[in-house]
Amino acid sequence: MPNLASPWLEKQRHLIDFTLASLGRRKTKNLGLLVAYALLVFVLASLALFTNALRTEATFVLAGSPEVILQRMVAGRHDLIPPGYLDKIGRIRGVQKKEGRLWGYYYDPVVNANYTFMARPAEEVASGTIMVGATLARARGLAAGNVISFRSYSGKLFAFKVASVLSPDSELLSADLVLVSEADFRAFFEYPAGHYTDIALSVANPLEVRNIAAKLAEALPDSRPILREEVLRTYQSVFDWREGIVLTVLSGAILAFVILAWEKASGLSAEEKREIGILKAIGWETGDVIRMKLWEGLLISLTAFLLGFVGAYIHVFHFGAPIFEPVLKGWAVLYPRFTLVPAVDGLQIATLFFFTVFPYTAAVLVPIWRAAITDPDAVMR
Amino acid sequence: MIELSNIKKAFNQGKPNEYWALNGIDLTLEAGKVTAFRGPSGSGKTTLLTLVGCLSRPTSGRVRFRGEDISGLPERFLTEIRRQSFGFIFQQFNLIKGLSALENVILPGFPTGRPRAELVASASQLFAQLKLEHRLHAKVEWLSGGEQQRVAIARALINNPQVIIADEPTANLDTALCREFMAILESFTAAGKTVLLTSHDPLVVESSAVHRVVGIRDGKLTDD
Repeated sequence: MPNLASPWLEKQRHLIDFTLASLGRRKTKNLGLLVAYALLVFVLASLALFTNALRTEATFVLAGSPEVILQRMVAGRHDLIPPGYLDKIGRIRGVQKKEGRLWGYYYDPVVNANYTFMARPAEEVASGTIMVGATLARARGLAAGNVISFRSYSGKLFAFKVASVLSPDSELLSADLVLVSEADFRAFFEYPAGHYTDIALSVANPLEVRNIAAKLAEALPDSRPILREEVLRTYQSVFDWREGIVLTVLSGAILAFVILAWEKASGLSAEEKREIGILKAIGWETGDVIRMKLWEGLLISLTAFLLGFVGAYIHVFHFGAPIFEPVLKGWAVLYPRFTLVPAVDGLQIATLFFFTVFPYTAAVLVPIWRAAITDPDAVMR
Repeated sequence: MIELSNIKKAFNQGKPNEYWALNGIDLTLEAGKVTAFRGPSGSGKTTLLTLVGCLSRPTSGRVRFRGEDISGLPERFLTEIRRQSFGFIFQQFNLIKGLSALENVILPGFPTGRPRAELVASASQLFAQLKLEHRLHAKVEWLSGGEQQRVAIARALINNPQVIIADEPTANLDTALCREFMAILESFTAAGKTVLLTSHDPLVVESSAVHRVVGIRDGKLTDD
């Protein structure tokens, strides 16, 4: 029994065959367009993938940080936590752990960079030794066993032995980190005994975080609880803002492409118009001509989208997005080296797809439709 | 087979440059014969062929094809009739550059949904009949004028139409190629096809292959 759908399918095959042959006939024009198009998708997709990956990375990193950090404020500025504050908090239901933290910044004139010093319990870091972040270790050429001296803010020289270099896996977080024992920290910064930089609280139930913050603000009115979700939101907006800056810079290029694509897609050459006339005269329907040209537009835009997107994926997740890294990652003297975990947002792909493939295909359609509805007798005249 | 009654065709109607190409044509064309339309440039020959071949519609009057009035049909139906029943050989051949001779010939078969293999087989047969097998895969722009015309003829025949319409088919050919074309014309009538052509070439209109000559001047018929 003959298949009723087959002539229709055959017809579509013929249309695609003819479209491919047509594309091949105008190699230079179509290749040029494809390259420009793919490049635009590459740039936009790199940007989207990179910022999205950074956002995801920030979420990962913050997942291990305490749910609430309590800072004491004096005249609206961050101040030290005086002795007795930890006890003042008392027992708040839902708080699993509370801990006074000691940390501060140190400017190293040798490499013109700021380090973050953080005190750890003696069982983690022995007195007289430090653990350093991988980026810092690279910048100062340090390895486990080396000795390094830092001049404290009071002018005294302190020598530390490097116990170990922190794992590069945590480099985004620990790039400029120096872990010291509590006693060394207090001695180096001449930190008053019993004082802390801030207090970290662990909360098991995420729904309780806001209640606990409210109770903290009530118990210690001169303090400010900082929630992890707020920090996360700040990070997200920082990356959004950076993405916006890059997009603004790129908008000129995007506009240039739009003009190029519009011109290429909408301006039918005399040769193309003549061909449409011939096809109609020899029995092609207006719909066949439009469908054929739609296939043409779709093939170009889809290929460009795939090429650009795959290129962007490799650029971001294989090579670490060298083109956008300096702008998007933020400024630092010590740049952490880290590999991004591939994170792709479906909605983002869909948006990019819609804003690149759809307008081009639409731009192709209008002039073709206009050419395709002209009388076929034009070829005889 | 084809009847034209009181056909009028205007271009740019209602505009200052309005022009009446045909001014009341009454004509009956027989099946299986070669009819040549003769007349000076601008006499309306080509316009008449476009109306018969369903490439355009008359401003007024009726065109009947095999008894059916086709003058008022929507474009889709006209296209279907054109595809099934008419084959065109244009003066400038109108082949699509960049494609091979074979690809050009099978193009009218695409909208019919016939499988490619079948179209290629029919085309190869036509190429053999027209002694053009060796040029099957050559790009059309590499072909000589005579070869290009034979490709155009093969394209006109691919859907096996009943009527062949040829507009000034010998205008770009030398005497030898013109005689060759007339021989091909005879093979069309031998196969039972109707041929309508325009020409002011004496070699064509005085040829024995042509059964009837219709004169046109200023959009009106003159003596047969």
